[in-house]
Amino acid sequence: MTTSSRREFMKAAALTGGGLFLGFNWNHAEASPVVVSGENIANGLADFNSYLSIGTDNSITIVSPNPEIGQGIKTAFPLVVAEELDADWSKVKTVQGALDNSKFERQVTGGSGAVPHSWDRLRKAGATARYLLIGAAAKQWKVPASECTTDTGKVFHKASGRSLPYGDLAIAASKLEAPKEVTLKDPKDFKLIGTEVANVDNHNIATGKPMFGIDFHRDGMLIAQIQRPKAFGLKLKSVDAVAAKKMPGIVDVVTFENSVAVVGKSTWEVKKAREVLNIEYEKGADLESSADHDRIFKDLLVNGQPKVHRKEGDIQAAFEEADKIITAEYQCPFLAHSPLEPMNFFAHVRADGVELIGPTQTPDRARGEASKITGIPADKITVEMTRQGGGFGRRLAADYVREAVFVSKLVKAPVKVIWTREDDMTGGTYRPAVRYRFEAALNRAGDMVGYKLRGVGMNAGNPTREDNFPSGAVPNLLIDSVDHPSPITTGPWRAPITNFLAYAEQAFLDEVAEAAGKDPVQFRIELLENAKAKPYGEVKYDIDRMLAVIRLAAEKSQWGKKKGVHQGFSVYFSHRSYVAQVGEVVAVSGAPVLKNVIAAVDCGIVVNKGGSLQQVRGGVVDGTGHAMYGNLTFKDGAPQQNNFDGFRIIRMNEIPEVDVHFVDNGIAPTGLGEPALPPTGAAVANAFYKATGKRLRNQPFILEEAFKGIS
Amino acid sequence: MLNEFKQKFSKMAKYNLTVNKKSYPVEVADDTPLLWVLRDSIGLLGTKFGCGMAQCGACTVHLDGTAVRSCVLPVSAVGNAEVTTIEGLSEKGDHPLQEAWCEVDVAQCGYCQAGQIMTAAAFLKDNPKPTEQEIVDTMSGNICRCGTYHRIREAIQVAASKTH
Repeated sequence: MTTSSRREFMKAAALTGGGLFLGFNWNHAEASPVVVSGENIANGLADFNSYLSIGTDNSITIVSPNPEIGQGIKTAFPLVVAEELDADWSKVKTVQGALDNSKFERQVTGGSGAVPHSWDRLRKAGATARYLLIGAAAKQWKVPASECTTDTGKVFHKASGRSLPYGDLAIAASKLEAPKEVTLKDPKDFKLIGTEVANVDNHNIATGKPMFGIDFHRDGMLIAQIQRPKAFGLKLKSVDAVAAKKMPGIVDVVTFENSVAVVGKSTWEVKKAREVLNIEYEKGADLESSADHDRIFKDLLVNGQPKVHRKEGDIQAAFEEADKIITAEYQCPFLAHSPLEPMNFFAHVRADGVELIGPTQTPDRARGEASKITGIPADKITVEMTRQGGGFGRRLAADYVREAVFVSKLVKAPVKVIWTREDDMTGGTYRPAVRYRFEAALNRAGDMVGYKLRGVGMNAGNPTREDNFPSGAVPNLLIDSVDHPSPITTGPWRAPITNFLAYAEQAFLDEVAEAAGKDPVQFRIELLENAKAKPYGEVKYDIDRMLAVIRLAAEKSQWGKKKGVHQGFSVYFSHRSYVAQVGEVVAVSGAPVLKNVIAAVDCGIVVNKGGSLQQVRGGVVDGTGHAMYGNLTFKDGAPQQNNFDGFRIIRMNEIPEVDVHFVDNGIAPTGLGEPALPPTGAAVANAFYKATGKRLRNQPFILEEAFKGIS
Repeated sequence: MLNEFKQKFSKMAKYNLTVNKKSYPVEVADDTPLLWVLRDSIGLLGTKFGCGMAQCGACTVHLDGTAVRSCVLPVSAVGNAEVTTIEGLSEKGDHPLQEAWCEVDVAQCGYCQAGQIMTAAAFLKDNPKPTEQEIVDTMSGNICRCGTYHRIREAIQVAASKTH
């Protein structure tokens, strides 16, 4: 059955089978009704919709359909349903949903898009059930529903002093007809949203419960490790697995595509057998080195055929007539995602179906790939998501899922593929390196009247975001890019493109402000106020929201007023949220040290204050760490760093304090998994510039002139 | 060649490990890291694999009360030492650090946290009232890729303040 016909079937079943159909527009399938099955009711469980079931024992089960990678969705989603339900949060059990297109849409973790996508749906799911529970109580008490209220898992009729817990009403309520429209709470009445609600898995995490993909076990399951070509551009020529097959615990060695899989009974035995494989490779594409990339970037900036993304005014005249021209180039290296749980996945390919279990940010893609490899239709393939030890975009790719499917198919057994850290760091996919050239034209008054940005990316498509600030605020503007196709595998890395673009742009604007003789904060405010008064072309960000975070960050950091503190400013709009940051560098024993980052954040309504605070802090730590130290280099197609000894991840002794302030504007929430990261690199770079007088135009900063002699 | 040489000199052997006060007989190659014996042979999965070269600390366990990186400790070197994993840190999951981790809401993805807690537990045993700098110095051996370091630091301070 196809997805849509399955959806129709669910709908029809719900309408004809005595089940509950929620009558308003759910926008496609998400939170569509679940047939109230006699079986569940016999077990004391009433299903209200895709998200929510209430038990006669007052237990409340809320499903979180999106992959949890540490962004806190498994807490935040149920929190929203529980808010509108007026549930007793201590009775709520949250469950990770499996992939199910009949019940949910957008079961993806990426683009900081889950909360904005599902906000209304989650609220309606809770509010509708609350409405039905009130209806059931009113019917039982023979009073008007309008006289009933709810609080912490109970319906009250205050006039008669009666109350009933949800559990007593659940089954009767689930049989009532759902309303077409339902009234949602006034945000000022929120009791859970906006408070600090702890991660629902805290206790399991602190006690070491096996929740992650790498922990998954099935009796009879085999372990596989994959030997991939050691360099991008090589392809498999021949395999001699005679020695490996003789090793203890080894069941088989199989080959697919450019990969050789060693399959056995335990991880260590498989790893040791892998070491005695004799494999020959041959060249299939260019074997690129980082030195080649540097040369290609510089060449394409000048000689490439750029694709124009946005053009305003007369750029040539603006630069010809300029009083001052500022030009700078910024470059960033390849980065590995390095989630602490290495890639792994479980697959069991049978004749009649496929079972997939593990960490993925895109379960739908995993299923599609499995279907392509096996020829088994998607509706015979199940995907369950485990808790995931980080993602950062790496688990958007399905390469490691494909491997598990190939191996299970070839050895005809349930298989868990496990990558070592070396596999994880050298096997792709990466945030690709990029180089930007900026040019700004100033008039005599110090106004930026011309702005040019050219990006040279690798497999990046368009490495610019042509509609972001300062577009709309500059009369003459040209944004274009050139792409270099590389055999090195690349993909989205937390805040794709903007993770480096924001740094380069906001560090460059610091240079422009200085050349214009203006305070960096005032410079940005002027540009935005000009854009508000007279926009140049379409403005695709909210000027007032951007101004508000700029002013809040300036206020909270006491911008320009602290003695002995070198401050750097940065602001960026990405993934629908606005974040301004001030980096603060002080001299410690004569060396510049990043001490603080003050962040002002507008993500609309803050759903879970505790989780959100940590997303911002973690984003700043991540942004600082990779800007300072992150550097993956290549020699003849082979990554030169393969573990944390060579690829440096920020540690506790290297973090700044992070002071987070949210704008309270009551606007529907936007995402926060990514937006705090992009502005950080420039806040840090600009603060170091103030302290040292040296611009940091290349990442990682640690290799720059300003850090010579400082470890 | 070096690998084949190494293979020849590793051999299967029987060990009787004491883990979380229980005895586990295992038969594995003598160079198998304790991490993989715990995970694959014994089925204790709370100890995590992160790097395999003692760089990240996700695999931290206690050996006679001392924090060690189990990913580089061959099973043959364990001897009669008592191994404690996150599952055995407390009987009811109520070690002051485990409680502080929940109270402070430390975890994002959670993958590194068992190793963080095990490192901190051994540290607090020797130094029950540490300074912030001592906490930072000790915990800088453990990576948290999500960047929960501020809360790890705070949770250790909370646990230390509640321990007498």
